Amino acid sequence: MNHFPEAWGRPRDDVYGAYDHSYLQTTGPKAHTSSPAVTGTSVLGVKFNGGVVLATDNLASYGSLARFTDVKRLRVFGSNAIVGFGGDVSDMQYIDRLLESIDIRENYSHHGNMLNAKNLHTYLSKVFYKRRSEFNPLWNHVLVAGYDGEGEPFLSSADLLGTTFSAPHLATGFGAHLAVPILRRLFPEEMPLEEVSKEAAIDALKQCLKVLYYRDARSMDKYSIAVITKEGIDIKENEVIEGQSWAFAERVKGYGAQTK
Amino acid sequence: MVCLLVWGFGGLRFETSIGTGYDLSNSVFSPDGRNFQVEYAVKAVENGGTAVGIRCKDGVVLAVEKIITSKLLKPGANKRIATVDRHVGIVSAGLVPDGRHFVSRARDEASSWRGVYKGPIPTSALANRLGGYVQAYTLYSSVRPFGTTAIVAGWDSEAELAVDGQVGSGPSSGSGGKVEGAKGGGPGLYMIEPSGLYWGYYGAATGKGRQAAKAELEKLDLSSGNLSLADGVKEAARIIYVAHEDSKDKEFELEMSWISSVDGPTKGRHEEVPKELREEAEKAAKRALEGEDEEEEEKMEE
Repeated sequence: MNHFPEAWGRPRDDVYGAYDHSYLQTTGPKAHTSSPAVTGTSVLGVKFNGGVVLATDNLASYGSLARFTDVKRLRVFGSNAIVGFGGDVSDMQYIDRLLESIDIRENYSHHGNMLNAKNLHTYLSKVFYKRRSEFNPLWNHVLVAGYDGEGEPFLSSADLLGTTFSAPHLATGFGAHLAVPILRRLFPEEMPLEEVSKEAAIDALKQCLKVLYYRDARSMDKYSIAVITKEGIDIKENEVIEGQSWAFAERVKGYGAQTK
Repeated sequence: MVCLLVWGFGGLRFETSIGTGYDLSNSVFSPDGRNFQVEYAVKAVENGGTAVGIRCKDGVVLAVEKIITSKLLKPGANKRIATVDRHVGIVSAGLVPDGRHFVSRARDEASSWRGVYKGPIPTSALANRLGGYVQAYTLYSSVRPFGTTAIVAGWDSEAELAVDGQVGSGPSSGSGGKVEGAKGGGPGLYMIEPSGLYWGYYGAATGKGRQAAKAELEKLDLSSGNLSLADGVKEAARIIYVAHEDSKDKEFELEMSWISSVDGPTKGRHEEVPKELREEAEKAAKRALEGEDEEEEEKMEE
């Protein structure tokens, strides 16, 4: 103890040396989010004749920990648009509140919310781009599903960099590697959209979810699936992957305790 | 000095505000405790089209008599009832631009409430904040009071609402359990006057035909809570037609909106009453009025 109260409770200079102020910088570049914390994995989407179907599992992981198991990653906007979120869950909540406030504002007009999925996708991609340009990205990769201005089925993706991409079937995250090849096999490029039925699209997504559950260690077998048609949105948020067979797992070798 | 002279003269006849000087500035009391600028604002309201609100057991209905001031105005355009957030509607009588500013403030309040509490603003809290806002316009000489009386109608959800942006519901068992079958929410109806005074009402009326409308509202026995929203819509239409009787020479349009319970027709949202329903209610209102006329004629003949 000495007579300098500002030094009380602090490491003694004569023992530890003077504090190195370079550790506590008050100037210099500001650091924003440089990695996501609680994350959702793949989002899958397929267009069919007259609509779009979107699916995600219900998991939010904290690193490799399966932290939250009842997370709704498909968010409804207005009367016929859905956003499927992959990536950071808190950023998803922020975007969800943002979209909610837009929906409320649109409903001030007595025409109601006239924004379609295409408008929504354009807006979201610009929000992402603005934030990445500020070096403060919203750490998400989203699929937007619904209808465009002409009333045609719409499916497009936007990511944390503001990159946009459109295709008749899309997947984010691990699904971009594992689900897209399956979807391309089921619905080849030369196949017109008119020949893709709603049932075939739903079935394809269920197959992809199963493969993803087998091979993506950040996935789970409880999932949500939303079907958008002209009649409206049919969303189921508590589905379970059926007909699993883990027989193949016996033959998987080369890691863990079983090295040969 | 000039001012003092004028006031001294007014002291002889303070039952009227004219010439006393106390009516020239906002926020200045007269010696008998009145703020004349506020009272003049009330006069502006009394010239506006009649507006009514009815609090029913399963929702709230708003209606307004929109006097057609020009044949060049598009029918059905220029709405007078506004939506605030999703579950609140506001109609006002008096100066229309003042009413629009009032609605704009209400929307800001509802949105800022969401920013803080991540959920919809209760109707009572919105009425409270708007009452405070209007009252502030009676305090300063640099502003004038609102020339409107507004009716604020809302439905506070009786269902358990998710927090804005909520992604899951958490564990279904364990600590932090919920009270089984607990119910809250319900209809809310408030009327805010130019002084900033507001009360909660079973039925509210303002504007030119308020006296007739209030007399009709009192006949409905709203405090017993038996009136259904569907009947409320018909009554609101009829009351506007009754209140219009005194200014029969002017044509008007009826505008109506409603907010039902979560399991009702609007699912807890504030919406315009569908065209078919409104026209049906208007037909019934006209029939009721003609019926009254015939009864009167019969009495005259007797």
